[in-house]
Amino acid sequence: MTVNGWIQILVFIALVVALARPLGGFMTRVFTGGRTPLSPLLDPVERALYRLAGVEADREQHWVSYAVSALLFSAVSLLLLYAMQRLQAVLPLNPQGMANVPADLAFNTAVSFTTNTNWQNYGGESTMGHLVQMTGLTVQNFLSAAVGIALAVALVRGFARSSARSIGNFWVDLTRCTLHVLVPLCLVYALFLVWQGVPQTLAGAVDATTLEGATQTIALGPVASQEAIKMLGTNGGGFFNANSAHPFENPNALTNLVQMLSIFALGAGLTNLFGRMVGDERQGWAILAAMGVLFVAGVSVAYWAEAQANPAFAALGVDGLAGNMEGKETRFGIAASALFATVTTAASCGAVNAMHDSFMPLGGMIPMVNMMLGEIIIGGVGAGLYGMLLFAIIALFIAGLMVGRTPEYLGKKLEGKEVKMTMLAVLCLPVMMLGWTAVAVVLDTGTASMANAGPHGFSEALYAYVSAAANNGSAFAGLSGNTLWYNLTLGVGMLVGRFFVIVPMLAIAGSLAAKTRAPASAGSFPTHDGLFVGLLVGVILIVGGLTFFPALALGPIVEHLAMTAGTLF
Amino acid sequence: MLKELRPALVLTAALTIITGLAYPLAVTGVAQAVFPRQANGSLIERNGVVVGSALIGQAVTGPGYFQPRPSATTAADPADATKTVAAPYNASNSMGSNLGPTAKALVERVQADVERLKAENPGVPVPVELVTASASGLDPDLSPAAADFQIPRVAKARGMSEEALRRLVAATTAPRALGFLGEPTVNVLALNLALDQLALDKTAAGR
Repeated sequence: MTVNGWIQILVFIALVVALARPLGGFMTRVFTGGRTPLSPLLDPVERALYRLAGVEADREQHWVSYAVSALLFSAVSLLLLYAMQRLQAVLPLNPQGMANVPADLAFNTAVSFTTNTNWQNYGGESTMGHLVQMTGLTVQNFLSAAVGIALAVALVRGFARSSARSIGNFWVDLTRCTLHVLVPLCLVYALFLVWQGVPQTLAGAVDATTLEGATQTIALGPVASQEAIKMLGTNGGGFFNANSAHPFENPNALTNLVQMLSIFALGAGLTNLFGRMVGDERQGWAILAAMGVLFVAGVSVAYWAEAQANPAFAALGVDGLAGNMEGKETRFGIAASALFATVTTAASCGAVNAMHDSFMPLGGMIPMVNMMLGEIIIGGVGAGLYGMLLFAIIALFIAGLMVGRTPEYLGKKLEGKEVKMTMLAVLCLPVMMLGWTAVAVVLDTGTASMANAGPHGFSEALYAYVSAAANNGSAFAGLSGNTLWYNLTLGVGMLVGRFFVIVPMLAIAGSLAAKTRAPASAGSFPTHDGLFVGLLVGVILIVGGLTFFPALALGPIVEHLAMTAGTLF
Repeated sequence: MLKELRPALVLTAALTIITGLAYPLAVTGVAQAVFPRQANGSLIERNGVVVGSALIGQAVTGPGYFQPRPSATTAADPADATKTVAAPYNASNSMGSNLGPTAKALVERVQADVERLKAENPGVPVPVELVTASASGLDPDLSPAAADFQIPRVAKARGMSEEALRRLVAATTAPRALGFLGEPTVNVLALNLALDQLALDKTAAGR
């Protein structure tokens, strides 16, 4: 570990905190119907869209109707994306003549992109033509992110309102999020990336003659436009197979910093939006602080682990000073790679600038732990905030049990219905993560896909299902996921991980909105101070630890012990 | 339900046009007008021939060139399309080795590379970048230490002084971005092109 490495990490954290408030304020204006700098330009577009779509913009929805709209919209997106992949050979804008995508892979990819997961069982540059990349995958990068943010805002309205029947209008939230927040930010961001070296062309590939006279075919495409929303929308699906490790996606250490910031930017801003909308910004800072504590712990372990030399290399006479460089890029080095891995899994991004499969056992465990906790450390845009608020409900429920009072959060009584719904949402993740892993490791069809033997092979399967259910999309990429078994089971994991959380969460939003807000009294538990942050972090670690420690012991922990003992597989 | 279906269909279509066509085409238009070099892949030409991209590493095996890091990229086997064969620096199929730290295959690969490199420059510890595959398989850079390690071999193959090469490596080394981000790098293609240019200048001067 170097001083310079720690400086990079600290500067990153400082910048995230600095971004939270301005972005939170901006998004609050967007979702409370206020004007933004682009309103003169966008308001007519918005009105035209609503007229065309038959949306009554000032009519709000009951939570059931809001949920139906969100589900229906996701279903239409899913079917459209599936159809486009299945037909890409006959559709235009396919200069490399990519073939139709097989059914199981197309299903997996369609689910993956509409659930904001972006798990990729294919190599982008060798499977998808420009039309699918642009009008299929890039579009879902925007829309699945906008859906996530809309849902989080709906939950926040549940806390903020008193005796209300409705929690907002899904179509308006979706449209305003896309037009006012995502598209403008991405336009600027994409051009910054091009300036720094990210290609943006409709041409397919270029042949170069290398110094030694060989031909090198260099894949190109509209990379920057996808890259921008891939990060900002915490999607993570790369244009290229190697994702943000590819020099065309992430050409230098500066773009790397900006990419990491853009993963966290909107998620951090949403905590501030939460504070503003419930009328007390400190509530948002408390949530961000709890996320920060978990983040610093994770990045410290990951950086420490990756800065170690592989003991097997040291024995061969390799200078290990630079740390574990297998699967890492020279321009990023150890600190920026460990930081990126922690950021991308803390949020539900899943973009990678280094191959997590080649991380040290404990270094690779941190991304897994981040996802197992439900990606509540900043988290996916929207999903992170509603995930964290669900944990806050559990924490306050436990606190309520300890003192024997009905728990309340922000003046709302948390009763049987809210706690049951929260448990439903929180429990569906481990069922998908651990259940499918357990089945995969006893089936030949599951183990045949593993690239590594021993405990690392187990980690590959575990990582895959954890990543799918958490809607992350990063991988221990040695696992050959493009098989019927993995395409289908990972697809189911992604669907459950997204929608079995969303529906109970919206039910909570509806139920909270209908309650009155009791003013704070001397007996209410303050939710803006250190005690609450500590309680929340403690509950997250206890719930996560109890659920996942046995699985982690079988994978990364036993591999670490084997590595220390000099065992190879 | 049908009433709900209309906004779902219309907004999907409209937002697809905005985010899937208008947005990427607008970015493409501006990018091609303002940053044409970067937008088209930062290609490098020598005597009118594209020799590569400044951002993409390429396979070089001759002793007279600085060699890049190991690359785990593959290509379809020309004999059997269902299989893949090793094809280092295949810039249309980026990937890392994805071998875990306790994989026998990894340690054996590293061992073979270490032995080759030790024979080339005995008595010096081998920089870890020279025996580890990058994440993309297309890493355009070496660390300064990994470039320095190759100086004796290149000097011998080219009949140049090690001092001259050291100066060249130092001149090609890029510092950390903004002074603290990432790590210092040596772009291998830029270094090798400079090396060729130096040899060319020398021949011209000798004439």
